[in-house]
Amino acid sequence: MKRYFHNFGERIIEGILTLSGAVTSLTVVLIVVFLFKEGLGIFSQQPIAEGGVIAVNNQNPVKQLSAKEVKEIFDENIKNWKEIGGQDAPIKTFRLDDITDYYSEEQLGKDFELLPQRLSELVSKEPNIIAFFPDEYLSKDFQGHQIKLENISAGDFLGGTEWYPTISPAVQMGVLPLILGTLWVSLGAILIALPLGLATSIYLAEIASKRVRNTMKPVIELLAGIPSVVYGFFGLVVLVPLIQEMFGLPVGETALAGSIILGIMALPTIISVSDDAMRTTPRAMKEASLALGATKWQTIYKVVIPYSISGISTAAILGIGRAIGETMAVLMVTGNASVIPTTFLEPVRTIPATIAAELGEAPQGGIHFQALFALGCILFLMTLIINVSVDLVSAKKKENR
Amino acid sequence: MNSLESKDLNLYYGDFHALKNITMSMKKNEVTAFIGPSGCGKSTYLRCFNRMNDLIDNVRITGEVLVDGVDIYQKNILVDDLRKHVGMVFQKPNPFPKSIFENVAYGLRVNGSKDKKLIEERVEVSLKQAALWDEVKDKLKKSAFELSGGQQQRLCIARALAIEPSVLLMDEPASALDPISTAKIEELIYELKNDYTIVIVTHNMQQAGRVSDYTAFFYLGELVEFRKTKNLFTSPKDTRTQNYVTGRFG
Amino acid sequence: MEFTSNPKLNKSKRMRQNFAFNVFRVLSLLVVAILVIILGFIIINGISVISWEFLTEMPREGMTKGGILPAIVGTLVLVAGSLLFACPIGILSGIYINEYAPHGWLKRFIKLMTNNLAGVPSIVFGLFGMALFVNRFGFGDSILAGSLTLGLLALPVVIRTTEEALKSIDNSFRIGSLALGATKWQTTYKVILPIAFPNIITGIILSIGRVSGETAPILFTVAAYFLPKLPTSIFDQVMALPYHLYVISTSGTNIEASRAMAYGTAFILILIVLIANLLANWLRGYFGRKVKMN
Repeated sequence: MKRYFHNFGERIIEGILTLSGAVTSLTVVLIVVFLFKEGLGIFSQQPIAEGGVIAVNNQNPVKQLSAKEVKEIFDENIKNWKEIGGQDAPIKTFRLDDITDYYSEEQLGKDFELLPQRLSELVSKEPNIIAFFPDEYLSKDFQGHQIKLENISAGDFLGGTEWYPTISPAVQMGVLPLILGTLWVSLGAILIALPLGLATSIYLAEIASKRVRNTMKPVIELLAGIPSVVYGFFGLVVLVPLIQEMFGLPVGETALAGSIILGIMALPTIISVSDDAMRTTPRAMKEASLALGATKWQTIYKVVIPYSISGISTAAILGIGRAIGETMAVLMVTGNASVIPTTFLEPVRTIPATIAAELGEAPQGGIHFQALFALGCILFLMTLIINVSVDLVSAKKKENR
Repeated sequence: MNSLESKDLNLYYGDFHALKNITMSMKKNEVTAFIGPSGCGKSTYLRCFNRMNDLIDNVRITGEVLVDGVDIYQKNILVDDLRKHVGMVFQKPNPFPKSIFENVAYGLRVNGSKDKKLIEERVEVSLKQAALWDEVKDKLKKSAFELSGGQQQRLCIARALAIEPSVLLMDEPASALDPISTAKIEELIYELKNDYTIVIVTHNMQQAGRVSDYTAFFYLGELVEFRKTKNLFTSPKDTRTQNYVTGRFG
Repeated sequence: MEFTSNPKLNKSKRMRQNFAFNVFRVLSLLVVAILVIILGFIIINGISVISWEFLTEMPREGMTKGGILPAIVGTLVLVAGSLLFACPIGILSGIYINEYAPHGWLKRFIKLMTNNLAGVPSIVFGLFGMALFVNRFGFGDSILAGSLTLGLLALPVVIRTTEEALKSIDNSFRIGSLALGATKWQTTYKVILPIAFPNIITGIILSIGRVSGETAPILFTVAAYFLPKLPTSIFDQVMALPYHLYVISTSGTNIEASRAMAYGTAFILILIVLIANLLANWLRGYFGRKVKMN
């Protein structure tokens, strides 16, 4: 009987352990499910600004427009219905503020109680009008055609160059500037961190004495431990003004500031991973080189570096990964302008910074909210690709041994 | 003339006294074998002659080590020059993860040879000297790892010969090899003796007997006995040597 | 010297080495200098702000005066809460991976997933925590939601630490115990875990530094902009040091006036990390074993 309970206990423990082992996998799956469920919603929502209606005259042959076209119309870049498949007639745009051009205050009623009726009237009267107004003023028997906007397509989303998630009448959800901004800042970061990190790891692994090594290792670990918000604060207070002054810029919050801070933050990863890789170079290999009269430096670049190249590339990839996902520091020092970057001396906006800055203000379940989750999906996929490629590189390395 | 020589050599790893007062000399164009149980200091002693021990932290050396009459531990000696002059073959074959050709050319390149033709010539000559040429001449571009263990070790010998050293230190060069490869290496040592001073560390007494002219027996960091190989094996003077060569310990 | 066949060549070879080594030395020094500058800057500017009042009072006057007590308490509560979640699960999971999981695709898959989770950006944890804990589970912005989110972030760190600690234990201990008739769990619990314990605890202490500084995961799950009272239940919102630092240095009502508060907050954050690192280093020395971060 006792034995039976004994075995039973072992079984239970094994079950608990197995469950715990599955937690990380479960979390990853849940992250995927929740992120994508919310994020993919963006493709089935109307890209109209929250609580707005876009309407045209019933006679107007144009029944559907894209968000981009609506923006162009209201920006008066598209001026004739002909350009978007309608009759040859000039477009007359209307926003609620324009109502006083058409009706006097008396006609609208004291508390604007007649406003819905007047709007309906106006749209049915003006053949070339396109009107944008809040849906609370949409009368029940509205005499006009409510434009249905085309849903945002994956192409619009990924390839769109404008990120204005809150403008009216139609929100613009192009994430290209954000993706490029993220990559741009990360590229800058890795350009700074890789040479510096490699040099340091070579120094630590091959040149420094044991004593120097033992002092520097904790220093680098400390560098990894500093919270990103402290890096951001330091960047904001020290680096940003410095850059502004040095280059004579209107603002110091630039891609450069982000790259420098991210570069510093990626250093510990790069240093410790490539240091580990170089230290796996077999002693026999190094001795063989030295015994042939090679100097230490020749041995390093002809034997040690080629031998540990896969570890070094892992270090670089992980460094990029760290930079791509970093949020707070970037948010604080890059200025967050959603433009496609062309130089390091202008503000730039990254995906994580966008999410952090905007999620608090986006109404839950709205298209903006979902767009931010979709950005989260993109970010997740980027880091997933990085992790899988690291896994592949190290698997290949094992194969080569 | 003495090619290799040490006078009152003491070596410490931290507090551990690894070599004690070693004074001996090895002649040009002769093969000297170092034998003794593991940990007796024979490899450490061998590594004094190309200053390979410099790579280990906490090593301290007193006394003199001379190569071709030059004290190699004096300050103005350049270690890489010394190592070019004193070649070394290691216990396990340790080719670089490069092609066969590049392995042999490595020493030439790091020592500044740029002339492509000259390098090709030297590679061929060295591979022939190491009796490997016929086996690899058609696959010089292939990775060195595709060779068998014995071939790899001969490649490492060729690599050492390519930079034309005058001394060849061999640290148990056949211990990781099968009997046929071992026989080939031993044959090679016999051939190379005409041009090089060879020192070989071995724990295989038959091998010492077959290849060497002189044999030194080390025990606990001391040089116990150093004589003509034949005499050392047939009539050892020291009881420790006798016990070792007759197989009572080892 | 006497061995030299081509003195000129040897000179250039050596000069190149000297040049390269000096470059590396200078760049390594630069890395150390960066750390010293950042730490020095924060410490020098922050230490003068630290006072009894700063540590024990509520913020006042638009967070330009007073103290940061609620943020300190909030961070401590969140660290404790997240570790309460991450440590048991992480340690059990590490035990499963190293001691129980059969070799093969399953183990490889679990390890890959753990690595993936470790690589997920902290802001994605924030999104996920908001979607799952705040909305789906209905915890709202609360200590519970924030702790769970931070706990998930700390989980891979704890798992890896445990795994490394267990991996470094010689197999003979396991075989020895099993040979005496002990069951697998008895072996793990009575023999293996006590040996691994110091390394695990060191790793967990290091992760305290990491968790206490995380901002992005708590942005939408718990952190309050300004809440001058201490939490009374796990469903309360709290202020937290890193979020507080972010707020008063970027979007406070008066950024210039709250600069001193910002330096002080940054100093406290750095102090937590420093203490965690020093403690971990000391433990390493004390237990005489190496534990690796990352």
